[in-house]
Amino acid sequence: MEEQLKIDFEKLLEKSNFSKKNVEIKRKNFNNFIEKGFPNKREENWKFSDLNQIISKNIKNLSFYNDLSKPNKIDQSTFIAGLEHNKLIFVNGRIEKIEFDYEEKNNIEILDDLVLEKPNNANNSLLFLNNAFVSKFFKLIVKKNYSLKKPLVIYNITNKDLVSKSINLKFDILLEENSSLKLIEFSNDKSTTNFININYNFDVQKNSILKNYKIDNNSNSNIKYYFNNISQDTNSVSEIFLLSSGSEFIKNEINCNLNGKYSSAFVNGVFLLNGSKHHEIKTNINHLVENTKSYQLIKSVLEDESKAVYQGKIFVDSKAQKTDGYQLSKAILLNDNTEFNAKPELEIYADDVKCSHGSSSGSLNEDSIFYLMSRGLNYKEAKKLLINGFLLDVVEKITDSEIKNLIKNIMSLKQ
Amino acid sequence: MREKQIDKLKDYKYGFTTDIENIRAPKGLNKEVIEFISKAKKEPKWMLDWRMKAFERLKNLKEPNWQKPKYPKIDYQDIYYYSAPKSTSEKPKNIDELDPKLLETYKKLGIPLQEQQRLNGIAVDAVFDSVSVATTFKDKLNEVGVIFCSISEAIQKHPELVKKYIGSVIPLTDHYFATLNSAVFTDGSFVYIPPGVRCPMELSTYFRINASQTGQFERTLIIADKGSYVSYLEGCTAPMRDENQLHAANVELIALDDAEIKYSTVQNWYPGDEDGKGGIYNFVTKRGLCKGINSKISWTQVETGSAITWKYPSCILQGDNSIGEFYSIAITNNHQKADTGTKMIHLGKNTKSKIISKGISAGFSDMTYRGLVDISSKAKNSTNYTQCDSLLMGNKCGAHTVPYIKNKNPESNIAHEATTSKISEEQLHYCQQRGLNPEEAVGLIVNGFCKEVLQQLPMEFAVEAQKLVGISLEGSVG
Repeated sequence: MEEQLKIDFEKLLEKSNFSKKNVEIKRKNFNNFIEKGFPNKREENWKFSDLNQIISKNIKNLSFYNDLSKPNKIDQSTFIAGLEHNKLIFVNGRIEKIEFDYEEKNNIEILDDLVLEKPNNANNSLLFLNNAFVSKFFKLIVKKNYSLKKPLVIYNITNKDLVSKSINLKFDILLEENSSLKLIEFSNDKSTTNFININYNFDVQKNSILKNYKIDNNSNSNIKYYFNNISQDTNSVSEIFLLSSGSEFIKNEINCNLNGKYSSAFVNGVFLLNGSKHHEIKTNINHLVENTKSYQLIKSVLEDESKAVYQGKIFVDSKAQKTDGYQLSKAILLNDNTEFNAKPELEIYADDVKCSHGSSSGSLNEDSIFYLMSRGLNYKEAKKLLINGFLLDVVEKITDSEIKNLIKNIMSLKQ
Repeated sequence: MREKQIDKLKDYKYGFTTDIENIRAPKGLNKEVIEFISKAKKEPKWMLDWRMKAFERLKNLKEPNWQKPKYPKIDYQDIYYYSAPKSTSEKPKNIDELDPKLLETYKKLGIPLQEQQRLNGIAVDAVFDSVSVATTFKDKLNEVGVIFCSISEAIQKHPELVKKYIGSVIPLTDHYFATLNSAVFTDGSFVYIPPGVRCPMELSTYFRINASQTGQFERTLIIADKGSYVSYLEGCTAPMRDENQLHAANVELIALDDAEIKYSTVQNWYPGDEDGKGGIYNFVTKRGLCKGINSKISWTQVETGSAITWKYPSCILQGDNSIGEFYSIAITNNHQKADTGTKMIHLGKNTKSKIISKGISAGFSDMTYRGLVDISSKAKNSTNYTQCDSLLMGNKCGAHTVPYIKNKNPESNIAHEATTSKISEEQLHYCQQRGLNPEEAVGLIVNGFCKEVLQQLPMEFAVEAQKLVGISLEGSVG
């Protein structure tokens, strides 16, 4: 693989015109990645999901260079219906359309010719890979006191032409003071066995609100890694919802630094897996100052031979008194070969805090099924109703009612 | 100067040393030292071969380094691996022949070695530095067929039992410290309870590290045959020294069909002084195997001592319907560090496990609960319940929880809960209003916090443990 990487990297530098500075940074990142390689289970963070093994098992002849010179056709049918929204459309990793029809143009800025920065997580080899191979890196700025009128949807569409490629995308999103953004990240994959590596950096400034919904619902054979870095200033709120269901493998990593007083972070997620799918959510919520709050709720329903992993960590600095941290993960295992692994971790250095976590996993409650069947439902309906209720609990946490209904429809949940 | 020393002694009442001439193996870890140990113990050849195998493997092993408390590199060549009081090289036949100085030491420790203290009803095997010194109540135990002796004696007298079970729970191929122990272990206790026997008294061992620059590597092997029951207590102390001493013991428990083993520890090794100088590194491997159906192993530990505690008493639930339990109180103060917890590995059907862990950290200390619950795909209908609570006193200390939960079986249930809190002002105020001083108030509240675990201890130990909890936290309020 190393040979292939080198050839592809040189090809990328040759075909694109990066600034001198960026070439230098890219080389550095590239060398770091060559040195470390794909993470394997010997790394604590990847203990339950050996990416190196997963990639070599699922992807034959992975190549890292992707020709972005020709435009791709956009399939209109993949758009979310019944919701007015702004669009950023990527097809096979190439930006095809930027459309902010509903917004005041002077309050939004999009930059795409930026100098790369050092990755802020120096041990993460996938960030090195991302920085080395990302072709265009976008930055969206929402100006002071501006709230986007409609949600922004980032479409990540891949079509049949894309096979065994590594796609690297990088976004920076800055919310200036008193601003707000609703961001939906929507994946639609028709491609096979690609490795997709996406890095988000959110800077949420004073009194700003970020709502981020990630939807991956179409069954496909891709391997995906998302790294989301969020830093929050005073009185800011971030809300993340993950629907982790479609791809063969996804790891969603969320690193959230609560840097300002009264800031709060909410992470809610649903794993809905079947077949041989293997998904993971890893969170790092760092409470760094006083009076901050975090809340995490992850629920999983596992069928066939699927596997879900939740690694959640709450860190409380010695300065961060009056922290309120909560974490709960629940899993229902429906088949003999399913597996649920959890590592809910607390690291606490301050005494006046309220931190707790809970985790449970098991089968559906037979008593509840009996109750429903005695009232005339058949076994299948009873099971469906119980799972429906189990998952609805998480979806109800979504604060935007329009998007909540959209997600309910996508998951075909009934009220 | 002297006054200062006396002051120090007040804090850790087991901090005295005893001037007894020691026989030591030459310093360092090599073939000759292992041969020396084996020869000194008059061991048969198979035992020496076994040690050598471990030593060969050790050469290719690396120390683990994933633990939270980091420590300076240990120079394994700078430790005496064998140290025995000279007067016991010819083992005394009865207790009256023991060196009076040794008896004095045990008296200071409050161990009922003397026959007149029979009323206490606890059979004691005392391990001083590396050698087992005396075992009391032999006759009474012999009557029911219980074998309770030092492991060296067992190797000579009951080789078939030792050969069959040693290394069956902690194999030679285990991690670094366990393998190190397999190569150089010096003594420890051996218990065998015959089928259907309920051991008539609590069995107990006291460990003490006396000589400086020595490590203590004892090995304990407890076998409960079909339908038997035993309760075993372990206590530990060491004198105060500036250097760090290593304690790497292995404890293996085997419970056959319908047998039950209850293992309680009150660990009070020297924790180092207020600035974190000196103290014991307690890197112990404890593992129990519920081999038979309906067997049960229960670990109870009160961890108040050691500079660094790094251990995970575990249960392998192999037999169907077997039960594993873990009750723990860990208290760290000053600069102490602990990374402790348990592993429950469910292999058999209908297996149950329960984990109750209470961690209290004060001063500049750091405490981590790390646990594993692993339910394999064959362990149908298994359940686990875990509760770990931490109490923080002050904002210079840390309390961490790192549970690993693996479930591969849809018919099994796992529930895990953890909380972190501090003593509330209301509780303190309430107690003080009723005439308790702040320290007593904290003692009372902490004892209440730990109650679930303290209740699991045998009576005599519970009283001691309760006092220990109070002493360990002295000076942490204010």
